[in-house]
Amino acid sequence: MITQRIAAVVAGATALSLAIAGCGDSGTDASSSSGGSVSSLSILDYYNNDPDKALVQKGLDSCASKLGITIKRETVPGDTLIAKVLQQASSKTLPDVLMLDNPDVQQIAATGALAPLNDLGVNADGFAKGIVDATSYQGKLYGLAPVVNTIALFYNKTMLADAGVQPPKTWEELKAAAQKLTKPGRYGMAFNANATYEGSWQFLPAMWTNGGDETNLTSPDVAEALQLWVDLVKSGSASKSVINWTQGDVNDQFIAGKAAMMVNGPWQIPALNKAPNVKWDVVQFPVNKTGQTPTAPLGGEAWTVPLNKDQAKQQKAADFVKCLSSDENELAWAKARFTVPTRTALLDQYVKDVPSMKAFTEQVVNARARTGKLGEKWPEAAKVIYQAIALALTGKASAQDAFKQASGG
Amino acid sequence: MVHAPTLTPTTEKSGPEPARRSRWRHHRGEDLTKVLFVLPAALAMLALFGYPVLKNLMMSLQDYGLRTFFTGQAPWVGLRNYTAVVKDQLFSQAMVNTALFTIGSIAFQFAAGLALALFFRRRFPLGGLLRSLLLLPWLLPLIVSSATWRSILEQDSGILNRTLTGLGIIDDPVPWLNSPSVALIAVIGVNIWIGIPFNVTLLYAGLAEIPDELYEAGQLDGATGWRAFRYITWPNLRAVASVLLVLGVVYTIKVLDIILGLTGGGPANATQTLATQSYERSFIDFKFGEGAALSNILIAISLVFAVLYLRATRRAIDE
Repeated sequence: MITQRIAAVVAGATALSLAIAGCGDSGTDASSSSGGSVSSLSILDYYNNDPDKALVQKGLDSCASKLGITIKRETVPGDTLIAKVLQQASSKTLPDVLMLDNPDVQQIAATGALAPLNDLGVNADGFAKGIVDATSYQGKLYGLAPVVNTIALFYNKTMLADAGVQPPKTWEELKAAAQKLTKPGRYGMAFNANATYEGSWQFLPAMWTNGGDETNLTSPDVAEALQLWVDLVKSGSASKSVINWTQGDVNDQFIAGKAAMMVNGPWQIPALNKAPNVKWDVVQFPVNKTGQTPTAPLGGEAWTVPLNKDQAKQQKAADFVKCLSSDENELAWAKARFTVPTRTALLDQYVKDVPSMKAFTEQVVNARARTGKLGEKWPEAAKVIYQAIALALTGKASAQDAFKQASGG
Repeated sequence: MVHAPTLTPTTEKSGPEPARRSRWRHHRGEDLTKVLFVLPAALAMLALFGYPVLKNLMMSLQDYGLRTFFTGQAPWVGLRNYTAVVKDQLFSQAMVNTALFTIGSIAFQFAAGLALALFFRRRFPLGGLLRSLLLLPWLLPLIVSSATWRSILEQDSGILNRTLTGLGIIDDPVPWLNSPSVALIAVIGVNIWIGIPFNVTLLYAGLAEIPDELYEAGQLDGATGWRAFRYITWPNLRAVASVLLVLGVVYTIKVLDIILGLTGGGPANATQTLATQSYERSFIDFKFGEGAALSNILIAISLVFAVLYLRATRRAIDE
């Protein structure tokens, strides 16, 4: 009887594993079945909220009709995209065209999941260098970003005028202005210093502008940049809550009139425009010493082509990605979504058409990619950065020691 | 049964051949039915519990990273993931935080739950309504609770600090979630709030089981008030209480969503627990091997309490 029981269990287990294997097989079949002429492409991206969702759809549709194909688009929330990609990768059901946040491109390319675009007749001539760095891995291009963004300093025009303060150009001016603009119930400055990659991203303008470098985080230049964050919080010019705020929270504070200046990106502009009583403008991030160039990190998403056994489909997907970065589509997306075109030849025309994007466009020209130097090792450095910020802002370490402590020294 | 071999042949031979076979067939049919009844549950257990646990164990012994999903390759690394997570500078802090979080949550949840259960045992108007309102924290999705608490505990404009300063209880706003020395207390506080309904419900049910005659008899002997609790309520409640405490530990030790929602493990890692560390390694660093190793450590600790729970319930049944 015992053997019978075991037999039953084994039979059940076999049936189960057959069922699982069956699922896997059908997945592979689906991705490699269609051959010859390509009539449709599947697309995955994370623009899951309007207005972005609809605006991106417009660009995708226009390229689809140009190439004479139909598209099947799927959108997921931003923080679940990588999990979705991993799941699709293990079941061999990756889409034909995949959108990735630019700092993730190299990490995914390193796994061998993406097709090198150079071999498919796509190049990045005429693109801003920073974004090409981000979407290249070991000398090959793996993605194209039609538009990019970055972060700069937003300020409330009314509050600065009332206090008789000019938009700051140096860190000294920034600290003085923030101090002067701070009142009961209002902080002079707001930024996001939470312990996530977002917190590291917001710190980069200070770090890079001051000559700090992610390859040498214990340098005095980096510590000096951290000291700026510490000074702003310690002096009470910025809330102690910055260590828990997201960029969305920072924007909410600014719109609510609880912050006179903030570090943020152009994707907040639609929300800011919905609050007509907030009069705002943007300047580049201030410099520590005169002669320095404001250097901010590049944000934005790249479109990539996952490796596909179906050569025709892979080629069509590459053509589609190329079309998304055409002059026409770059300008359309940049104007509609408050982003900056990546083809440098388009910038003058763009600033003429959208003056509110002037500071961001200037900032983008000198902006750097987070993965430009460290490649797939960037996340480790980013982790050290956000942990050091937390240590320094909570007073557990001085700005000088924070980076050493965070990197486990 | 030593004599059996000599006896069986005679008894078997005495019985007519077809009857024996039919009985055997009948037996086999019965056995098969038993197996068929158990099979769905066994399959579900294997697929939903056996497989994940085994997979997690395997994963913790492999270099299972981002690349694995694309290439399917996960090199065997033995116990290296375990040594890596144990040697990490945050491990001991995460252990201490996990212990403080669990003990702090359980102690206050239980005390508050018991007090409220005793309170609601007295019948009074609207008592039933109030008792069901008390369940509300339990009904809210945790992500909603933690977002709400995050805004309540906000240092500058949060309603808690505003109220306390308005009442003159504190002079400076308390940095609930912004200071490494206060954040853990705040997070434990929120978790206590979430856990009270569970404790009240079980303890109230336990109290309802105690027959009124015991109290009436006790009253004759002079056991009222505190003495009634000490000599009648508590001994009768002990079985329920021990089950509740052990279950509480197993539920609390793995809490992730509340901490992620309130502080994300910060500030300066002050609220990192084994669960948040495991999550971070798997889903932020994509080192699934190390994440699995940490979660296995967590499972092992839970298992100790699960065994205690099984023994407690067995004793309760025996009694």
